[in-house]
Amino acid sequence: MNRLPLPGEAPGTTPVPGFLRRLGCRPLRFTTLLLAAMVLLPLLIVMAGWLQVEAEIWQHLSETVLPELVHNTVVLLLGVGAGVFVLGTSLAWLVTAYEFPGRKWLEWLLMLPLAMPAYVLAFVLISLLDFAGPVQGALHVLTADLSWFPQIRSPGGVIIVMSLALYPYVYLLARSAFLSQGRNALEAGRVLGLGPVASFLRVALPMARPAVVAGVALALMETLADFGAVSVFNYDTFTTAIYKAWYGLFSLPAAAQIASILLLFVALALFAERSARGKARYETGRSRPAQRKQLMGRRAWLAAGFCWLVLIPAFLAPSAQLLVWVVETVHVELDAKYLSLLENTLLFGAIAAALTLLASLILVLTLRQRDEPVTRTAVRIATLGYALPGSVLAVGSMIAFVAIDRRVSDWVLQLTGEQIGLLLSGSAFALIFTYVVRFLAVAHGAVDSAFERVRPSYSEAARGLGARDFEIVRRVILPLLRPGMVTALLLVLVEVMKEMPATLLLRPFGGDTLAVRIYELTSEGEWERAALPSLTLVLAGLLPVLLLVRRTTRDPQ
Amino acid sequence: MHRSVVTRGPRFGFLLLAGSVLAVSMSACSGKEEAQTAVDHNKDVVVYSARAEHLIKPLFTQYMQETGAKITWLTDKEGPLLERIKAEGDRTPADLFMTVDAGNLWKAADEGVLQSADSQALDAAVPEAYRDSEGRWYGLSLRSRTLVYNTNKVKPEELSSYAGLADPQWKGRLCLRTSKKVYNQSLVALMIQRFGEAKTEEIVRGWVANLAVPPFSNDTKAMQAVAEGVCDVTLVNTYYFGRLQKKSPDLPLAIAWPGQAEDGTGVHMNVSGAGIVKHADNAAGARALLEWLASPAAQAKFAGLNMEFPVRADVALDPVVARWGSFKADTLRVADAGRLQPQAVMLMDRAGWK
Repeated sequence: MNRLPLPGEAPGTTPVPGFLRRLGCRPLRFTTLLLAAMVLLPLLIVMAGWLQVEAEIWQHLSETVLPELVHNTVVLLLGVGAGVFVLGTSLAWLVTAYEFPGRKWLEWLLMLPLAMPAYVLAFVLISLLDFAGPVQGALHVLTADLSWFPQIRSPGGVIIVMSLALYPYVYLLARSAFLSQGRNALEAGRVLGLGPVASFLRVALPMARPAVVAGVALALMETLADFGAVSVFNYDTFTTAIYKAWYGLFSLPAAAQIASILLLFVALALFAERSARGKARYETGRSRPAQRKQLMGRRAWLAAGFCWLVLIPAFLAPSAQLLVWVVETVHVELDAKYLSLLENTLLFGAIAAALTLLASLILVLTLRQRDEPVTRTAVRIATLGYALPGSVLAVGSMIAFVAIDRRVSDWVLQLTGEQIGLLLSGSAFALIFTYVVRFLAVAHGAVDSAFERVRPSYSEAARGLGARDFEIVRRVILPLLRPGMVTALLLVLVEVMKEMPATLLLRPFGGDTLAVRIYELTSEGEWERAALPSLTLVLAGLLPVLLLVRRTTRDPQ
Repeated sequence: MHRSVVTRGPRFGFLLLAGSVLAVSMSACSGKEEAQTAVDHNKDVVVYSARAEHLIKPLFTQYMQETGAKITWLTDKEGPLLERIKAEGDRTPADLFMTVDAGNLWKAADEGVLQSADSQALDAAVPEAYRDSEGRWYGLSLRSRTLVYNTNKVKPEELSSYAGLADPQWKGRLCLRTSKKVYNQSLVALMIQRFGEAKTEEIVRGWVANLAVPPFSNDTKAMQAVAEGVCDVTLVNTYYFGRLQKKSPDLPLAIAWPGQAEDGTGVHMNVSGAGIVKHADNAAGARALLEWLASPAAQAKFAGLNMEFPVRADVALDPVVARWGSFKADTLRVADAGRLQPQAVMLMDRAGWK
């Protein structure tokens, strides 16, 4: 299967066929450096917020707001980290090591929550579980006193919802790691007297550490970048504080300062990921895949029950609730406006996906042509975008593009006397730019791992059979790359469709998308009406997930 | 219920009179001033609006049909829109900036992105408390932020003032929306204007101490909590109450108007409004649109679409709104809500209002 990408991950270095190496090296190298600069530009601008510190506001922030933000963020990271770790690894272990009723279905059903944006899951689960919701309503029939019912709008509630939305990252990676471990190590453990729990904790889990750490890190990046879900919960984190400083305190510099502290957390998370993953590489050999152990009776039902216990609140119940709302509201919501939103969403997604794919191909080719420290660092920086919250990137790019626009239009005015207005920031350009920067890592991961399959020997063999360069690309290399490229396109398309904070900030005239609509409706409490755009996003999100499912079930390694 | 009249402070009758006098005198204006208001309807009026699209589009459509003018608009949150106008500077395509909340309007004027409309018609139509003293923005509709209570658990007499909700008798009985919402920020800002910072902080701390559950992300959910009996009373904008009532008319909820005593503060009012952008290409078009929006014909629709109160008192209320009864409105200038907003935000942070 295609590995999920990790920001700033050390890129692969399998050399490309000789003639690709002869391709113009300088333009590729230049483009790679440019891509790195594209990521750095908004970052530096955000950092520049420190150049104008407003003393009174800063004092207030540091005394009253920051301690709470740091506390909330640490609680959230620890909670979600633990949540996705426990859910992801235990579910992956159950479906790979045991056989129980429904296991075959659950194995791929458990990937579906990947299609549910965290902010959608948040408002649907709150409405299901809060006091006015159907769950408490049903309980009311049984008992009058519901004071024992836990408050869903609480730190615990945010942690549970985010864990349910993000555990698939860990599940996917841990599952393929467990599958590739083979039978030998586990059998050795069993011979040495390890029970089932001990062999999971002491053999399988340590061997899967790099994959698990990578999954948890991805989930934590998403947590740090989340804006939609925490706003629904009214749980204050850095992303909500950025908006509050901007709108409430009227201070964009203060917003930029908070954003840069958020970046510090991102850097810490990246660093922790690097060191936790360690240098260890486990030789798993080519041993036979492990036999699943058949669970019987109560244990089998417990295992299946646990999987459903996660799947129902993470995907099935919310989808059902969305569907009910869609049926109730479709006659008002399904109008020309919805169609134009859908069109915008798909258009932005398609353009961004194509450009991102192109950019990631360039990154991969550059490094495989010549692996030098400069380009290596540039690729690392260029794929950092995934770790950067959309709101941070958006503020940075907006300031940058408006400045560029003003220069350019001044210049054109001097040269020609024409007023050209704001070309970049006033159009979709700034938004598409931000999408590319933010999701380059997503495409890069997929393309990079596809390139692993292009062995130089293939093209040499083809050449030996008399094929020319063009034919080699068309008949050997492209077919090998195609699955990775399709995955990259789909993943970026869906990420762009879901993207909320940057879209809110940078969309051009008439450029509303489904995510924008969801934000508008949920922030006014019109949750039922947000169901149609939400369900659309979920369905779109299912596309890459189903592709992933098909590929993983066909080729378990 | 009896037919009700909304009174909005003592100055209003006088203003109305002054307005009609001005309107009459304006109709006899000299040619020079007519030139100033000459409108070229072939030129687009570009509106940046933080007021939701479905609330402005019907009016714009009507205006375009009536006058043949063209309007293009962009809706977004007020922060990005303002930042965009600022960044675009003298290249901005925007002619009219339309937003909700006095704080946002004040901020736009303070940042220097708006120009004086210099329109006697607007000065006459919009009461002084609901516009900028220099004519850089005008309120176009009013929303009161008032109390909604559970009719099974509270008697309306108990709800005499905003400050009263800080009383320990409301412990565990109050629900609030997040302090991140600008409506709460404006409310607290005007409390600072009236009571001073220390007293306001005491009141807000009292509210926070009385909360039954953590603050909600929107007014509707807070009202539903009151209906469910999670708490007994909450603070909301009236049109949210109207929307909820329309959807579920049987909820045990009702509106109470605080501050109605002889020496009471009156009900906190906020505005949605608009101002002409400083570097507008089509300032004349924007002015004409703004004047039309403040005209009696447009006012009823502008307010009615969102179950708000028209900014002019000579316009009939939406029947749903009229049913909520008459009340005394606060007469503080809403512009001060903007000036004091950062102070209010910091105060709410200190008081622990999430």
